[in-house]
Amino acid sequence: MKPLTHTEPLHFECETGNYHTFCPISCVAWLYQKIEDSFFLVVGTKTCGYFLQNALGVMIFAEPRYAMAELEEGDISAQLNDYQELRRLCSQIKKDRNPSVIVWIGTCTTEIIKMDLEGMAPRLEMELGIPIVVARANGLDYAFTQGEDTVLAAMAHRCPDSGRAKQQSRTHIDENDSLSSRGLRSLLSFPVPSTTEQTAHPPLVLFGSLPATVAAQLGLELKRQGIQVSGWLPAQRYAELPSLGEGVHVCGVNPFLSRTATTLMRRRKCKLIGAPFPIGPDGTRAWIEKICAVFGIQPKGLQEREEQVWKGLEGYLRLVRGKSVFFMGDNLLEVSLARFLVRCGMVVYEIGIPYMDKRYQAAELALLQSTCQEMGVPFPRIVEKPDNYHQVQRIRELHPDLAITGMAHANPLEARGISTKWSVEFTFAQIHGFTNARDILELVTRPLRRNHSLQELGWVQLVQSPV
Amino acid sequence: MGTYKIQSRGVFMKLAYWMYAGPAHIGTLRVASSFKNVHAIMHAPLGDDYFNVMRSMLERERDFTPVTASIVDRHVLARGSQEKVVENITRKDKEERPDLIVLTPTCTSSILQEDLQNFVDRASMGADCDVILADVNHYRVNELQAADRTLEQVVRHYLEKAKRQGCLDLRKTEKPSANILGIFTLGFHNQHDCRELRRLLKELGVETHQVIPEGGSVSQLQFLPNAWFNIVPYREVGLMAAEYLEKEFGMPYVSTTPMGVVDTAHCIREIQSIINSQAGHEIVNYQSYIDQQTRFVSQAAWFSRSIDCQNLTGKRAVVFGDATHAASMTKILSREMGIQVVCAGTYCKHDAGWFREQVASFCDQVLITDDHTEVGDLIAKVEPAAIFGTQMERHIGKRLDIPCGVISAPVHIQNFPLGYRPFLGYEGTNQIADLVYNSFTLGMEDHLLEIFGGHDTKEVITKSLSTDTDLRWSAEGQAELSRIPGFVRSKIKRNTEKFARQNNLNEITVEVMYAAKEAFTQ
Ligand code: SF4
Repeated sequence: MKPLTHTEPLHFECETGNYHTFCPISCVAWLYQKIEDSFFLVVGTKTCGYFLQNALGVMIFAEPRYAMAELEEGDISAQLNDYQELRRLCSQIKKDRNPSVIVWIGTCTTEIIKMDLEGMAPRLEMELGIPIVVARANGLDYAFTQGEDTVLAAMAHRCPDSGRAKQQSRTHIDENDSLSSRGLRSLLSFPVPSTTEQTAHPPLVLFGSLPATVAAQLGLELKRQGIQVSGWLPAQRYAELPSLGEGVHVCGVNPFLSRTATTLMRRRKCKLIGAPFPIGPDGTRAWIEKICAVFGIQPKGLQEREEQVWKGLEGYLRLVRGKSVFFMGDNLLEVSLARFLVRCGMVVYEIGIPYMDKRYQAAELALLQSTCQEMGVPFPRIVEKPDNYHQVQRIRELHPDLAITGMAHANPLEARGISTKWSVEFTFAQIHGFTNARDILELVTRPLRRNHSLQELGWVQLVQSPV
Repeated sequence: MGTYKIQSRGVFMKLAYWMYAGPAHIGTLRVASSFKNVHAIMHAPLGDDYFNVMRSMLERERDFTPVTASIVDRHVLARGSQEKVVENITRKDKEERPDLIVLTPTCTSSILQEDLQNFVDRASMGADCDVILADVNHYRVNELQAADRTLEQVVRHYLEKAKRQGCLDLRKTEKPSANILGIFTLGFHNQHDCRELRRLLKELGVETHQVIPEGGSVSQLQFLPNAWFNIVPYREVGLMAAEYLEKEFGMPYVSTTPMGVVDTAHCIREIQSIINSQAGHEIVNYQSYIDQQTRFVSQAAWFSRSIDCQNLTGKRAVVFGDATHAASMTKILSREMGIQVVCAGTYCKHDAGWFREQVASFCDQVLITDDHTEVGDLIAKVEPAAIFGTQMERHIGKRLDIPCGVISAPVHIQNFPLGYRPFLGYEGTNQIADLVYNSFTLGMEDHLLEIFGGHDTKEVITKSLSTDTDLRWSAEGQAELSRIPGFVRSKIKRNTEKFARQNNLNEITVEVMYAAKEAFTQ
């Protein structure tokens, strides 16, 4: 093993960008479920609708809180007015569903015809009395999970100001206090330390959409360190968006939220805690440690907690140790997952990734680097904007034990004897925190376990001429 | 975005949740990727290659779907996509050595004023393969129309090329032969239907000359006219190509879908008369074959006489789907099984005239729409005993507790069965009989269970898809309602509510129910 020094950098490449991924409008699928009182209106064409309909599968039939405003070639002589059209649709939505917020998702078409969604939204908002948030989550600019990033960046502007919020959260904390002291405290303009040690640090807001249980689990982990999460972006309801402002610390839970991070720093004057992401026990520990470090807290029992989780994973680890993996890249979770898998004892050949924000992911990249060094494996090749055709050639050459890839390539690769795991599942599964490390390995080892049980049967290569 | 102007600024919007037919490019891709060694390049933003996922998942394709994108991004918007498109075409030509590359426009290309034809002309100068631009406009045609158009375009391209090169050979095969047009990827049971059709032709002594596009080779297209005639099993795709071949080369075609006992016989008789007229005298007579198959090979004719089917007499059904399947199914239910089709409908609005004509005498009502809520409301209103429709109707049925047999695209993965399940030909009639019978008996078993108190704990008051009514049911009223057997309960509920509304009552008590009953039985 060639000794590696800390100064030796990770190597980044950039290919043609001819790769398969989901359109970012797919974020409505999980965001409408996360934000319970929202309604998502995708202003696009049949192409967008068809994608959502097929990608979301059965969810479509459950009266989802999303719809398409389908753009059709209008009769030019009729001179239909975009504003009037959107007003008509949104009034209907308000009447039928009564949401607390309508999110307009701009698409490629609205970009190209330069439909002024941002200009129309405030006017309509006034007229209808319902907040309208605009996110341009189109395929011209973004890939898959970046859709969530555009929505959260837009929502960051709608979060209440922390000046007001401090009061709110104080009244909440002081609920059991006597009336007089509450009255007194609400007059004060600076944070008052409460009886518990949990407010001994500046307010912390986490950003990234996670299922309620996972968010609660992460909150609990921090609480063990005496850290109170004062809010999440997004919250379970639009009305509960967290307060932001100077002095508020923010930390991301997902690697694809760089626009949101930038917005929180530049526009809402928050302090960003740059940490690795809480994916895998190693990532979770590093994430908590970083937050503790920023708040000057000495973490307690973290190392034991991590070790305990690893011990529990041993059954899975036995299956993956020494195996190789290739990420084709489509959802931006790749670096974190690769780092975790290296720690599990795997060798990562390639990390394909749609877009690499080296600043937002800096801590994660550093952890990847040190993990590789500790485990004594070579650095993976990081390929931004990959070219699927070239990647398939490389996969044939390297013959990895596992390719993590989109559904377009999974079956053809399986037919050629390459085990695959469908990458989108990582987006929808619960993979954050100590508790869910098992779920990641459950996914990663599934093809290995399946193929193990089929091994004896002798059919691996299922195409006639493996050209 | 300097180089672009917007063609039309008047934009019409409609609120949509679900669509029956996809966008145009899907149709083009389905045709192109069905041919062997044809590659499609979409002119599209990142993310629009979802087609590959569908093909790989639904068809469980072992091979890489021969579709890539020439990606339209910010950079391209600013500089135009000529360079990139040409580069992508030449690259694909080198990598895969296809016979043909089809440049496929999307909704994005439709609003960018770029001369894609010009890019194609340029690219084909440097490429070894043929290159064509699919002549489809996102805003004018849907998936099915685009597929039909693309198939015709490819066929025409190769016949004209052969004509130009003077190598067109129009001699007919020695024995009667036929091409099958319109079998393609992601089609509803297409693979099974194709196998059944080949078998049928073989039994009729007709050689299957070519099947296109599925598994076909573009280099063979110039030999299409060597067949005696063409068969177009589905209305939606293949007719344009068949019409072109008839006009240019005098090739007759059969477009009667051989679905159901009666129409299969029709189709065979048409084949007979075409063969005899091509030969100039009678060389085949299929009457005894039809008779034999109908009475003894297919179980469907016997089924229609059996006691089981007698029990279906007069049962009410709703049919909805593409024009081919919905029309054939309506005829089968009504003509061959004695079932009352209360409504037959299609989402193929562009083919409404043909559809009406086909089903007019076999149903009470015709519905032409691509709005699924309209279909749902209609089903909720007429409350059939069974539905035969698409996946959407299956879900409507689930919510209303009405069984549904899926007979048409759009489809899910379970509509790509591994076992042999044709809808066409004589084996198809058996499959359809099973499907119909199972749908109805399931429904009846359910009702029997309810009558004898099998599982009467579920909520019974929601049988309407439309928004909740303004009426309140008293507790006793609800209790009384739940005592009514399941299969008439919703009708009684509806009548009672209608009565209440007519009389301006907003609470429904037991008294109101009885009053309503009297009013309706008078
Ligand atoms: S890439 Fe653009 S056109 Fe395609 S689905 Fe996404 S937003 Fe719509």
